[in-house]
Amino acid sequence: MAVTTYSGAEQYNFEVVKKFGVMSIVWAMVGMFVGVYIASELAWPFLNFDSPYISFGRFRPVHTTTVIFGFGGSALFATSYYVVQRTCQTRLISDGMASFTFWGWMAVIALADVSYMLGYTQSREYAEMEWPIDILIEIVWVTYLILFVGTIMRRKQPHIYVANWFYVSFILATALLHTFNNLAVPINLFSMKSYSLFSGVQDAMTQWWYGHNAVGFFLTAAFLGMMYYFVPKQAGRPIYSYRLSIVHFWALSFMYMWVGAHHLHWTALPDWTSSLAAAFSILLLMPSWGGMINGIMTLSGAWDKLRTDPIMRFMIVALSFYGMSTFEGPMMSLKEVNALSHYTDWTVGHVHSGALGWVAMISFGSLYHMMPKLWDTKMYSRKLIEWHFWLATIGIVLYIVAMWISGITQGLMWRAFDQFGNLQYSFVESVAAMHPFYAMRAIGGMFFLTGMLTMAFNMFMTIRQGKRESAALEAKLASKLAHA
Amino acid sequence: MNFNFKHEWIETNIGLMAVLTMLAISVGGLVEIAPLFFIDKTIEKVDGVRPYTPLEQRGRDIYQREGCYLCHSQMIRPFRDEKLRYGHYSLAAESQYDHPFQWGSKRTGPDLARVGGKYSNEWHVQHLIAPRSMVPESVMPNFPWLLTTPLDISDITDRMMALRKVGVPYSLTDAEYKANVARFGETVAKQLHIPNAQQSLIEQANFGNYDGDRSGISEMDALVAYLQVLGTMVDFNKYKDDAFVNDR
Repeated sequence: MAVTTYSGAEQYNFEVVKKFGVMSIVWAMVGMFVGVYIASELAWPFLNFDSPYISFGRFRPVHTTTVIFGFGGSALFATSYYVVQRTCQTRLISDGMASFTFWGWMAVIALADVSYMLGYTQSREYAEMEWPIDILIEIVWVTYLILFVGTIMRRKQPHIYVANWFYVSFILATALLHTFNNLAVPINLFSMKSYSLFSGVQDAMTQWWYGHNAVGFFLTAAFLGMMYYFVPKQAGRPIYSYRLSIVHFWALSFMYMWVGAHHLHWTALPDWTSSLAAAFSILLLMPSWGGMINGIMTLSGAWDKLRTDPIMRFMIVALSFYGMSTFEGPMMSLKEVNALSHYTDWTVGHVHSGALGWVAMISFGSLYHMMPKLWDTKMYSRKLIEWHFWLATIGIVLYIVAMWISGITQGLMWRAFDQFGNLQYSFVESVAAMHPFYAMRAIGGMFFLTGMLTMAFNMFMTIRQGKRESAALEAKLASKLAHA
Repeated sequence: MNFNFKHEWIETNIGLMAVLTMLAISVGGLVEIAPLFFIDKTIEKVDGVRPYTPLEQRGRDIYQREGCYLCHSQMIRPFRDEKLRYGHYSLAAESQYDHPFQWGSKRTGPDLARVGGKYSNEWHVQHLIAPRSMVPESVMPNFPWLLTTPLDISDITDRMMALRKVGVPYSLTDAEYKANVARFGETVAKQLHIPNAQQSLIEQANFGNYDGDRSGISEMDALVAYLQVLGTMVDFNKYKDDAFVNDR
């Protein structure tokens, strides 16, 4: 006797959503742990332990890949499959394909992490995976595209809900970026090693076209999709402005692709390219803030929820960090500011205010909303959500403040002259000056990681509770039927 | 003319939406990347830049493997402080044979675009094994395994063939070899000739003795050979100070 509940397995494929949801939490713990570890390596270098496998240069891509593609990617797969089924009121078109994307994506993350530690890397930031893994990504991604678009085609509503626009845009853009940034020639078919098709200036431009749009689409457009479903749901109110969502969707999709070259200001890239990128970076402030305003103003008339609902607080703080880092980004893309900030920790801080503040916080909020629904229960502990919120927020603030100070200090020390017109500091003096801030950053990361562990515990207990409840319900029904 | 556009058309048609999205996201890359392959001025005309020798290229592979690019840039910007600290700003021409580029994005350590010749081989070896024995404040990891791991040269031909496929002028035929002699001189051309690869790698390693140990060729030999050539190919004394200004 099947129990038809809210999470009824007949109507929707929630199995794959559950799997991705759980794995996003697992990868978050792994990736953030590695993050804290490499941050500690920079503060206390003995932690490299003379081991090739965990030395900073090989371990850092393990951190970035696991948090971006492991945690972020799994959260996106989970929420996109959930949202597309709920908003289209239809089941994913193929359980087999859904399951393939899950196992394929898990294999990608695991293989990538192991291969980096063994020394296989394309040395393209956020696309370090060597060619065999790139091919696997391509296959998984095309499957994802077909599954997602196919499900939209089977929708019961004439309109495609706005969250799905963002997910579609993210899937298409990621396919485009991944394909062109990973063009490479393997040295032979039995070797992991390859050389990129492009060289020097063209290679740099292609990589940062990819690199910034990994941020723009993977870490922004997709998470805006998440925002457009879960913020109104959690607030119990419709999206603030429908018109704004149209305008900022098209503006964001169009403009983001132009801005990558702001990572290459003052380099050997021609000026025209980086100037164009700077101009678009500044323009991009508008669609970014359009999204932020649309999200935050959805709460208009229900502001008291900020006080009473910790999940809502995660979402609104996420949107605030989104607004802050999309202001900071255009500012850093100004050539004069970039001359100071580039190559310093300021960039690292900026990335983390986006990645921890926006991406992780909106994911936490969405997972806290979605996961109990999947198991047809309530979150095990509200108190622990509150704890998580504060641990995470304090962690982020420690992290970005440390990086602001260290970044600006580095930039100023490098360009300081004494009264005779000589450089005032040797490079290593700037390294020594970083130590307290690197320690502070590692501590900030530990706060954030502790919050993450709190969440994992809370989720574990929630799922256990959900399973017990449904087992109890089944037993009750069975006994009633037996007596009938 | 009564064309009354409704966004609703797009919202109710996933095919149309996907096509329009594809168009919107394709423009930026096309406009900014494609011209870089065709505008001549993108890569400056300058003498001296040559492909890496087999040993240097293997060193570069190790540089990439250990993730050096995550803390060291190879891209000097045209600022007064960078000129004093690192030397002439980097030219696009100087990384034209770099597959992949190693410009980097972060300077936890100093820029390495012109580190070649600044320190002795002995300094590099000691510094790579135990950075804090040379620079007490350094936060660089120790790389002791570089000295103890023999360099794998078995697939050097495969590596050069792959690089040749992506456009690096390593020579395979006599005609290509002769073209390289005309372009880079005979000594260099010999080292860029793929049929000689293993032999010229061994010769350079033995002659240079980069790791200070003649008993074999270690990964340290290759990495130091690479570091010592960085930024040394162009002789900037031959050019006026503003020679490359208009190329940007």
